[in-house]
Amino acid sequence: METATQTKPEIAVSLRDVNKWYGEFHVLKNVNLDVERGQRIVICGPSGSGKSTMIRCINRLEEHQAGQIIVDGIELNNDLKNIDQIRREVGMVFQHFNLFPHLTVLENCCLAPMWVRKIPRKEAEATAMEYLERVKIPHQAKKFPGQLSGGQQQRVAIARSLCMKPRIMLFDEPTSALDPEMIKEVLDTMIELAESGMTMLCVTHEMGFAKTVADSVIFMDAGQIIEMNTPDEFFNHPQHERSKLFLSQILGH
Amino acid sequence: MQAFITRETLPSLPPPSTLKGPIAWMRQNLFSSVGNSIVTVVLVLGILAALIPFINWAFIKADWIGTSRDDCTSGGACWVFVYVHLKLFMVGLYPESEVWRTILVGAILVVTMAGLMIKGVPFKKYIQIFALIAFPIIAFILLSGGAFGLPHVETNFWGGLLLTLVIAIVGIVAAFPLGILLALGRRSSMPIVKAICVVFIEVWRGVPLITVLFMSSVMLPLFLPEGMEIDKLLRALVGITLFQSAYLAEVVRSGLQAIPKGQYEAANALGLTYWQGMYKVILPQALKIVIPGIVNSFISLFKDTSLVLIIGLFDLLATIQGAFASPKWLGYAIEGYLFAALVYWVFCFGMSRYSQRVERSLKTTH
Repeated sequence: METATQTKPEIAVSLRDVNKWYGEFHVLKNVNLDVERGQRIVICGPSGSGKSTMIRCINRLEEHQAGQIIVDGIELNNDLKNIDQIRREVGMVFQHFNLFPHLTVLENCCLAPMWVRKIPRKEAEATAMEYLERVKIPHQAKKFPGQLSGGQQQRVAIARSLCMKPRIMLFDEPTSALDPEMIKEVLDTMIELAESGMTMLCVTHEMGFAKTVADSVIFMDAGQIIEMNTPDEFFNHPQHERSKLFLSQILGH
Repeated sequence: MQAFITRETLPSLPPPSTLKGPIAWMRQNLFSSVGNSIVTVVLVLGILAALIPFINWAFIKADWIGTSRDDCTSGGACWVFVYVHLKLFMVGLYPESEVWRTILVGAILVVTMAGLMIKGVPFKKYIQIFALIAFPIIAFILLSGGAFGLPHVETNFWGGLLLTLVIAIVGIVAAFPLGILLALGRRSSMPIVKAICVVFIEVWRGVPLITVLFMSSVMLPLFLPEGMEIDKLLRALVGITLFQSAYLAEVVRSGLQAIPKGQYEAANALGLTYWQGMYKVILPQALKIVIPGIVNSFISLFKDTSLVLIIGLFDLLATIQGAFASPKWLGYAIEGYLFAALVYWVFCFGMSRYSQRVERSLKTTH
C-alpha cells in the first residue's frame, strides 16, 4: 500500500543510457527510464522495437552492454550475487507461460520458494494455494500444466511468480499467445494485481488494460523510447508520427 | 452457399462399435483380401516349417540333466552341457565354498531392484539411498572379501554372469552422472569447460571399445611406476565407464537441446541458480525425452561387456566359449551360444520393458 505522505517517491527500476546490441544490430539505444514503486507502466510499440528486450534486461535474461540498470537499489552487473538477488525480487510472466510441464501446478508454484527462499514445503504450499485462489484456480492445483487451457496456464504462471513475493512484476506480452476468449481472465488477474499496488512493467498491446490501470504508457520504436505519457494523453493525442501510425493500425479495425 | 444449421444441442454419442473378437480381428488384419489371405497362409506355413523342428530339437528330443556328454542320447539339444557348467557360467572360477556370497549379493540386488520398481512400496527414498550408497559397499565386501572373516577372492576368479553384471552395472551407474556432467559441460558458456568436454567426448567416442580395453590392460601398466599395480578388472571398469560416459553425454545433450529456451528463462527468472535449474527443471525433462536413447546405450553396453574377453577377463560369453572348447564337450557350441543369447536377451529385454514403464509413468499430458 502506498502512503500518501511520501515526499520523494522510491525508484523501483532505473535505466540510464542503456544500450544493447545483438551482434551488429543495435536493439536498445540510450534507453532512460525511471519507474517509481507502485507505478504501472505499459510498454507498447511495433514488433522489433526492443520493448521485450528492454524488460528482459531488467532481470538479466538479456545482458545490456552499456549504461546502468538499477533494480530495487541494486545495480545489475556481472556480479552473480546481485543478479540472484534481483531475480528474487522481480517476477516475470512470459508470452508462452513457460510453466514446468513435468511438475504439477502446485509444485510449479512451490519450487522457487522452497529452493531459492528455503521456505519449508508446508508453508510454501499454503502460500501457493493462497495465490492460486487469488488467480481463481485452486481446484487445479494437482493437475499438470498440459491439462489446463492457455488462460489457466497463464494465471498459474502469474501465481507462480507471486509466490516468490516479488516487489516488481514484469509481463512480456502475457496475452499474445492466448485465444481471444481467454484474454479477459488473464487481464482481470493482472488488473487485480495492479490494484493491490504492485509495481508492474507490462509489454502488451491490450489497450483496454492500459487505459484501466496504467500510470503511463511508453511507446518504443527502433530501440528508443519515443513517447511517454498518461494513457489518456497517449491514446487521444499521440505526439509522435510513429505513435499515431501505430495507434491507427491497432485500433483502426 | 448452403449450410445445415443444427437447432438443438446434439447429445454426445459413444463411438461406433468396432468389430470385436478374435475372428473379427483375424478377418480385419489377416484375411482382408484374397492376396492378404495367401500371404498369411504362406507366412504361417513358413514359420511352422522353421519352428517345429527347432522346438523338437530344443525341447522335445532334448536331454536336460546328466553329468557328461554320454547322457546326451536322444539326438536333440544337449542341455546337459549347460547343466553341468552352470556354476562356471554364473560365477566363473569363484571358489566353490564361497559361492554363497555371490548368491547373497544377487539376492540383495533382486530385492532392492524389486523395491525400487514395484509401485506402492514404502520408503522408496531410503531404498534409493541404500541402492546407490550401501549396496555397492556391501556387494564389494561380500564379493571381494578380506574383511569380516571372509576370505579374499581375487578378481581373477570372478567370471561368468557375475563378471558381466559387475561390469555392466558399474559401467551404467558410474557413466550416467559423468555423462550428464559432460553434456552440461559441452553446452556450457565457459569456453575452457566446454573445450575440455568436447575433446573428452570426441576422443572417447572416436576410439573403439576394444582399443580402450586393450590400452587399459596393456599400455597403462607401462606408464605406471614400477611395482604399482592396479587390478585388471578395475582398469577395465574405468575404461568402460569413460567410454560409455562419452556416448551418454551425447544422448543427454540431445535431450537438453530439445528443451525450449523458455524453460531455462523461467528457471532463471524465478531466481533458481544454474544447478538448481538444471536439477529441478531442465534435467528431469531432458532425461525423460532421452529415455529410449539412454536405454539403448545401456543395452549396448551390457552386450559390449563381452569384449573384456580380449584382456583375459572371463565373462558369461567367454566362460561358455571356454567350456565348449574343452575336448570333453566339443560340438556343443550351438547349445552354448543359445544359452548365452537367452541370458543376454532376458536382461536386455528386462531393461527395455522397464524403461517403457518409466516412460509411461512420467507422462504428464492427456
